[in-house]
Amino acid sequence: MFTFAIAALLVVLGLALARAVLGPTVFDRAQAGNTIGTAVMLMLAAIGFLNGRPDFLDLAITYGLLNVVGTIAVLKFFRHGDLGAPGEEEPSR
Amino acid sequence: MSALVDAASWALIAAGSAFAVIGALGLLRMPDFYTRMHAASVTDTLGAALLLAGMMLQAGFSLVAVKLAIIGALVFFTSPTATHALARAALERKLAPLLAKAEGEPSKR
Repeated sequence: MFTFAIAALLVVLGLALARAVLGPTVFDRAQAGNTIGTAVMLMLAAIGFLNGRPDFLDLAITYGLLNVVGTIAVLKFFRHGDLGAPGEEEPSR
Repeated sequence: MSALVDAASWALIAAGSAFAVIGALGLLRMPDFYTRMHAASVTDTLGAALLLAGMMLQAGFSLVAVKLAIIGALVFFTSPTATHALARAALERKLAPLLAKAEGEPSKR
C-alpha cells in the first residue's frame, strides 16, 4: 500500500515537473517547485515506512524546512530583484 | 482491532494519494496562474494531511507519530505562507487573473 502511495506521488512529481517545464511565467515554475517539494517530503516519509526505516522522517523534516526557505527566497528575489531588500512592514505613520 | 486500524489507515492513504494526484492534474490543466495555484493547494493540504494521517495510524503511539505530526504542522503553516507570498509577488508583477478587467497584461495560457 505504501507502494501505491509512492506511485501516486511519482505521478504528482511528473505532472508538477511538466508544469515547471511548460509554465509560461516564473511564478508557475515557483509553484511547481513548491508542489514538488511537498510531494518529495511525503515520498520520503512513505519510503521510510516501506523500508521499515522511519529515520527517513528526519530527512523529510529537513527537506521541508529547506523547501520553504528556498521558495520564499526565490519569490523575494523575483519580486524585488534583490535578496537584501527590506521586508514588508506596514508603512509607519 | 488491529485489522480495523489497518483498514482505516489504508483508506486514508488511498484517499490522500487520490487527492494529491487530483491537485497535480489541476496544476497541469488549469487555464491561468491563479487557478493553478488554487489547484496545487489541494495537494498541499488535503493530500498531505490524509497521507500523514494514514501513516500516523500505521505508526501507532511512538516517536514516529510525533515526527509525522511535526511534518504535518510544517506543511500546515508553510504551505499557505508560500502560496500567499506567491500570489502577492505575482500581483505585484502585474500578472492579472484570467477574468480580471484589462489592467496590466493578462496571464497567458
